[in-house]
Amino acid sequence: MSTIEGEKRIAGAAIEKVLDTSVRPDPPGPLANVLTFAWRGLLKIKHMPEQMFDAVITPVMFTVMFTYLFGGALAGSTEAYLQFLLPGILVQTVMFATIYTGFTLNTDLGKGVYDRFRSLPVWRLSPIMGAMVADLQRHTISAIIVFLIGLIMGFRPETGLLGMILVILLLDVFALGFTWIFVTVGLVVRSSSSVMTMSWFFLMPITFGSNIFVDTATMPQWLQTAIAFNPVAHLTTAARGILDGTVDASQIGLALIAPAVLTVIFAPLSLYLYSRKG
Amino acid sequence: MSGAVRRCAVGQVGATIAGGLNQAVNIETNQSEGSCVEGVERTAYLGCFGERTQHAMTTSDQAVETHGLRKLYGGKPAVDGIDLMIPKGSIFGLLGPNGAGKTTTVRMLATLARPDGGEARVLGHDLVREAAALRRRIALTGQFASVDEDLSGQENLVLIGRLLGFSRKGARARAEELLEAFGIADAANKQAKSYSGGMRRRLDIASSLVTTPELLFLDEPTTGLDPRSRNQVWDIIRRLTAAGTTVLLTTQYLEEADQLADRIAVIDHGRMIAEGTSTELKASVGAGALHVRLAEPGRREAAQTILEKALGVTVEFDSEPRRLNAMVPDDASAGHALAALADAGIAVSDFSLGQPSLDEVFFALTGHHTETETPVAAEAVSKEAAQ
Repeated sequence: MSTIEGEKRIAGAAIEKVLDTSVRPDPPGPLANVLTFAWRGLLKIKHMPEQMFDAVITPVMFTVMFTYLFGGALAGSTEAYLQFLLPGILVQTVMFATIYTGFTLNTDLGKGVYDRFRSLPVWRLSPIMGAMVADLQRHTISAIIVFLIGLIMGFRPETGLLGMILVILLLDVFALGFTWIFVTVGLVVRSSSSVMTMSWFFLMPITFGSNIFVDTATMPQWLQTAIAFNPVAHLTTAARGILDGTVDASQIGLALIAPAVLTVIFAPLSLYLYSRKG
Repeated sequence: MSGAVRRCAVGQVGATIAGGLNQAVNIETNQSEGSCVEGVERTAYLGCFGERTQHAMTTSDQAVETHGLRKLYGGKPAVDGIDLMIPKGSIFGLLGPNGAGKTTTVRMLATLARPDGGEARVLGHDLVREAAALRRRIALTGQFASVDEDLSGQENLVLIGRLLGFSRKGARARAEELLEAFGIADAANKQAKSYSGGMRRRLDIASSLVTTPELLFLDEPTTGLDPRSRNQVWDIIRRLTAAGTTVLLTTQYLEEADQLADRIAVIDHGRMIAEGTSTELKASVGAGALHVRLAEPGRREAAQTILEKALGVTVEFDSEPRRLNAMVPDDASAGHALAALADAGIAVSDFSLGQPSLDEVFFALTGHHTETETPVAAEAVSKEAAQ
């Protein structure tokens, strides 16, 4: 790593000139704090665009692989399977991406910069919520790219552009609620690699044990029963419904129960854990 | 006022503050030292604030005032009853080895950790109940660079500016001013992770000054820096009080506390073992430190016997085979001792009589030396501790 030397002589007088205890703007509200921290998250994407690569390459791989390898066998034709699979892949993409919020938070907390944030007169949860809001942008970008790949491969949503926008919004709301779990994990667990491991153990069964890849009708009864309680399955059903134009309010309602419940439980828990840290 | 102050019978030591750092000062310390140590158990309130200053000081003159501050980690006390009085506008040094409780003390005072016992008022605010109000008036530069290394220097400062309520434009203008003053302007748009250690530290301190705090905490501001960068940071710290800011810095470098701090508290195992000016601390051990270097190492035992007889104190061997060290009770006896060596025909290649170093003070107070790790090793250890 190259370093830059500050060769310039520091003038003590110049430092005294920038000191002034009387300049003290009014503190902004919590929302402004959250948005400022969200801006911080976006700057990180700007400085490290390679992290978007992760968020994009996996869903693209899954879409292409599943469609062309299993599509014919599962749905009779690759075209028909893509139509079924794509909403599910979107859900999986966003679910996997939520891990990163906990992972980044855990890495961040180990650095001195969070000590500074904690010593600032800002709303306690705003650094975390700011990161969550910034990650929504990441989720949105991933979702748009998956849609683009799908459209190129021949995916055609019945409800067109409006349907796609609504699905992205639904996914973002769901992700926001779900992320609280990983924020909590990120606050509790010691190392960021164990955040990853724990999160995968949790995410793998709930994404694959759902209706993302196949219709549940072919599964054994006990599994169907379990999946009926899987929030990821409800989200997938709602996303499919929106894109097919067959959605009803109950499907959306079912999809939103989990994020609402998770927020109510894990947001206060995160706040408690965060303020106790240090 | 603190009860400890009243228990100190003699305050004359304060009168010797004028003495330079490397010249021997003859003072009546024995009496005050004795009474202080007895009165306050393990804590020696060296110098114990002169009578005059004692009356002038009221609570509002103190930036920090703690009584019996405690913090437990895993049931064990990390900070075990610390009493601090830090006058406004001064630079105060917390000196101690790794794991002494310096960082924990700072974290409590900067509202990052809740005390488990004792009382603390910082800028007149109660630490726990008025934490939010206090955060508006303090700033912290943590032990490890508290800058966001993924962002550029400019973005770091704008981020803090926006969080503190500056407009977009105001935050940018303020960032530019600070980058210029701290010599970071040329690298303003580069990611902080590409900065040298010294630049990162300067950015770190600049981040603490986006609004000028009334109290600034600097936790080991020069740990891991090369000598040139360290001097730059020292230059900066000396200037910080210009606008009335009080600075509380922690350090494990004796020289650093000596160079910067108006008053120093020595911390060991979570307890304060001494408090005073650098001069007072040094004076507490004896009038001065005599270092004698012999021409022939073989005569060291003989020299020790003669010196001990002449000085009436213990004379120790230095790790260097020709050197002997002793704390002398007064200047005159040092002269006599050297004359006695000459009379015995023991050649002295050089000698010095000066105030004891803070390491010698530390040894006298605790019975063990401060850690003399290299900065790199020290950093590695404390990073481990932070995990």
